[in-house]
Amino acid sequence: MGRHDDRSRGKGRTAAARRDAVSATTTHASQPVNRLGLTRAEYDGSKTTLCPGCGHNAITSAIIQAAWEAGLEPHRVAKLSGIGCSSKTPAYFLGHSHGFNAVHGRMPSIATGVHAANRGLLLIGVSGDGDTASIGLGQFCHLVRRNVPVVYIVENNGVYGLTKGQFSATADVGSTQKGGRANALMPIDLCAVAIELGCGFVARSFSGDLKQLRPLLKAAFGHPGTAVLDVISPCVTFADHEGSTKSYAAVKEHDAPLHDIEYVPYFEDITVDYEPGTTREVTMPDGSRVYLKKLAEDYDPTNPGRALATIREARDELKLVTGLLFVDTQTRRFDQEMNLAEEPLASLPLERVRPPQSVLDAIMTSYREGSAPVGSGGG
Amino acid sequence: MGSVVNDFSIHVATVNGSGSQTANNVLLRAIFQMGIPVSGKNLFPSNIAGLPTWFTIRASRDGWVARRGGHEILVVMNPETAAADAAEMGPGTVIVANEAIALPALPDDRVVYKVPMAKLMESITTDVKLRRLVVNMIYVGVLAELLGIEAAEVERALLAQLGKKPKALSLNQAAVTAGMTYVREHLPKRDPYRIERMDATAGKILIDGNTAAALGAMFAGVTVVTWYPITPSSSLVESLIGFLERYRRDPATGKASYAVIQAEDEIAAVGMVLGAGWAGARAMTSTSGPGISLMAEFAGYGYYTEIPGVIFDIQRVGPSTGLPTRTAQADLSFVYGLSHGDTQFPVLLPGSVRECFAFAQEAFDLAERLQMPVFVLSDLDLGMNNWMSEPFPYPEKPWDRGKVLDDDALAKLPKFERYRDVDGDGIPYRTLPGSRDWKGTYFTRGSGHDEAARYTEDPAAYVRNMDRLKRKLQTARTLVPAPEVHGASNASASDVALVAFGSSHWAVLEARAELAAAGVPTSYMRVRGLPLPPSVTEFVRRHERVYVIEQNRDGQLADRIRLEAPDRAARVHSVLHYDGLPLDARSVTQGVLAHEGAAHGAAR
Repeated sequence: MGRHDDRSRGKGRTAAARRDAVSATTTHASQPVNRLGLTRAEYDGSKTTLCPGCGHNAITSAIIQAAWEAGLEPHRVAKLSGIGCSSKTPAYFLGHSHGFNAVHGRMPSIATGVHAANRGLLLIGVSGDGDTASIGLGQFCHLVRRNVPVVYIVENNGVYGLTKGQFSATADVGSTQKGGRANALMPIDLCAVAIELGCGFVARSFSGDLKQLRPLLKAAFGHPGTAVLDVISPCVTFADHEGSTKSYAAVKEHDAPLHDIEYVPYFEDITVDYEPGTTREVTMPDGSRVYLKKLAEDYDPTNPGRALATIREARDELKLVTGLLFVDTQTRRFDQEMNLAEEPLASLPLERVRPPQSVLDAIMTSYREGSAPVGSGGG
Repeated sequence: MGSVVNDFSIHVATVNGSGSQTANNVLLRAIFQMGIPVSGKNLFPSNIAGLPTWFTIRASRDGWVARRGGHEILVVMNPETAAADAAEMGPGTVIVANEAIALPALPDDRVVYKVPMAKLMESITTDVKLRRLVVNMIYVGVLAELLGIEAAEVERALLAQLGKKPKALSLNQAAVTAGMTYVREHLPKRDPYRIERMDATAGKILIDGNTAAALGAMFAGVTVVTWYPITPSSSLVESLIGFLERYRRDPATGKASYAVIQAEDEIAAVGMVLGAGWAGARAMTSTSGPGISLMAEFAGYGYYTEIPGVIFDIQRVGPSTGLPTRTAQADLSFVYGLSHGDTQFPVLLPGSVRECFAFAQEAFDLAERLQMPVFVLSDLDLGMNNWMSEPFPYPEKPWDRGKVLDDDALAKLPKFERYRDVDGDGIPYRTLPGSRDWKGTYFTRGSGHDEAARYTEDPAAYVRNMDRLKRKLQTARTLVPAPEVHGASNASASDVALVAFGSSHWAVLEARAELAAAGVPTSYMRVRGLPLPPSVTEFVRRHERVYVIEQNRDGQLADRIRLEAPDRAARVHSVLHYDGLPLDARSVTQGVLAHEGAAHGAAR
């Protein structure tokens, strides 16, 4: 297919040319392209300004890779975040998607509004442990409770990086600050909170394990409700010392994956062979499949009670359990609950949203005759 | 004994939750249907049941609909407040009391009618709970018979309200009849007050401002509505939900052309509005003072990132929880400059239910035109009380979605920059997420940004952006509703000017008549939006003494006017009313006359 030249310059292309590109599967002379005919570079964002070695940068590259491999259409993605180091990262991936860097802890309400206005958008939200577990805990809980479809990634390092190393609400008991002060307060486990609130996709991962993170992200892209990914992401500047439970060394030492994860997208006709009894298969509503290959024990990710117990045991044993903790792809859908029109509300034409004059006339008559319902007071 | 016809106030003292609302509305509507201008003011506590509540019906042949200080007729249904309520009644007034309630000794020149309501209820129903609810209809019958309110109109008003509940209807009818019969048989008329048919309400509607605003929002084409319950704002969204469910669902599929989301708090409510506005929806929320306080951070975000949204503030008395069921106009300064940093917002100031309807539509157009949050400042008096109005006109204009570039428009452009002032009016162009053309992609951030929406801390870029935003506010000044001027055609004839906004309008109109009768002719300007259009300062400069009437302690509008016309600052005086009760004409008249006396005294 002779579209290599215009494909390599996304900004200059016309919408029509890009529509044509949707079916392209050929390989660029030098760079591979995905099912839309886009190179991985076309999923990049601007250059990161985070510290060299920051776990967040690894997650950013996982998002880029996953979005590219999943063939997400950039224009149908909206990137959202709050405030903090993690919340800066949407600028560093998917440069051809609209982005929204909200106020501290309030990305969930923005996401809810964006979804209500245009439910055709895939929302990727990036937040941190301060942004989600402290100032934003209320909004996070209510987002999950409503099951607003957002791929909600928490880049969790247990500290406030941008304000130079204060403890966050996910810091483990006994974990120390650089200066040696230990945290005495119970951590808030966002995965446990999410499961309790009925979240249908809850995963924990580690920025140093992209092999695990990428398939989790791709599976989350296909989940029709809130998908929470709590990704431990060491802060190289303020929490990578001995005594910090979220240093690279500590996380590597305590990481206990539940399973090996493989993801097969709906648009690829691939059969995965596995020994009976070794692998669990989860089919996402979009038709893609997630294969969970048994490691130490057979973990059932469809049992919320088991998931909560696993999180609790891991905390007691100072283990970091990673993998797909809980999945329920049949959760009720927020947009269906509201029985929204098929088209995005944002683009409904005037005649669909302004009732005709006869309606106003009938209402006016009811207020002239006194048959309209009477307003009520209250405290 | 002379007659007082169609010019008095009826004050009904009941207990919250006792079902008096239907009775009061039937009275109000029956008088209205007889063609007499009326208004109804509900004075209720922050309570669901058990605390005292009052409802005042004013009949005014001259068409005055503001609260009237003082009442001519009192209905005593609440033993707790009976003594205090009765003590407020002056010579020649009437007191209708449930016989079971003890009244203090009153001077002979008060006309007291005692009605054995419990006894009358005995023959109507044996159900004790129903007796308690329906007993209020007895005073409706008593007043109708005493004042000459036509039985057929009472019947019609009852039917309109309870026609769908036959059992309740017949019980209530029986109670009204019992009240009327009792008066005919036992209470010869000893007072001068009468209702007589007029023709001043034909074609008019009776509606509250919150319902009117809800209708305005629906006809504006709102698609995303978020809210958190708070008095006195809740009824706006609750009315809106009712209208949307009825008129904005596809009859065939039941699919909704709107989303209503009850948020976890006002921060989330306004966040959802901004998210929806950013994605291209017409989005709104409604709240009152405490909610506005919580929205401050996001308001600044919307201002700086330039996202449309409509926020209704149905003002109540602050600070803090304040008097949550009483009215005020004390959020003007706060809302105008809401949020940290240099911020300012268009604020629309409806003064009537009709303007609640019209400005709700205006607010969406302005928000999308100006790409910023726009506030509509109503209040409890306007929002929750019933007002007469001409029926609302169907919107003439289509809608103004502002400067939005779609894919076709983007295809014609060499490049797109989100915050570039292409047209010189301070308003940039925006694109919506979902646009296919990559040229249109941009990153929205509350941190410093340049014309191309890139992050920057560059001092010059910051100043350029802030100056452009100021230019946008200058544009807003020309777009907010222009002030309404009364009686300024003969400017030389009046040295004295009145300025007011919002629900104060109706008391000011009446006060102007009183002042004219007292030899003080006035011109009057009603401000309808911030930032203040230049015509406000021009009006102020044309008058020797300017009295700014508002329902707050600090003279918030007066301060704004002094800032805009510093050379006239000393001539701008405040007449203030901030006790939580709706403004009455007498307060305005006395306030102005007191200043005028001082002004003349100083001149001498």
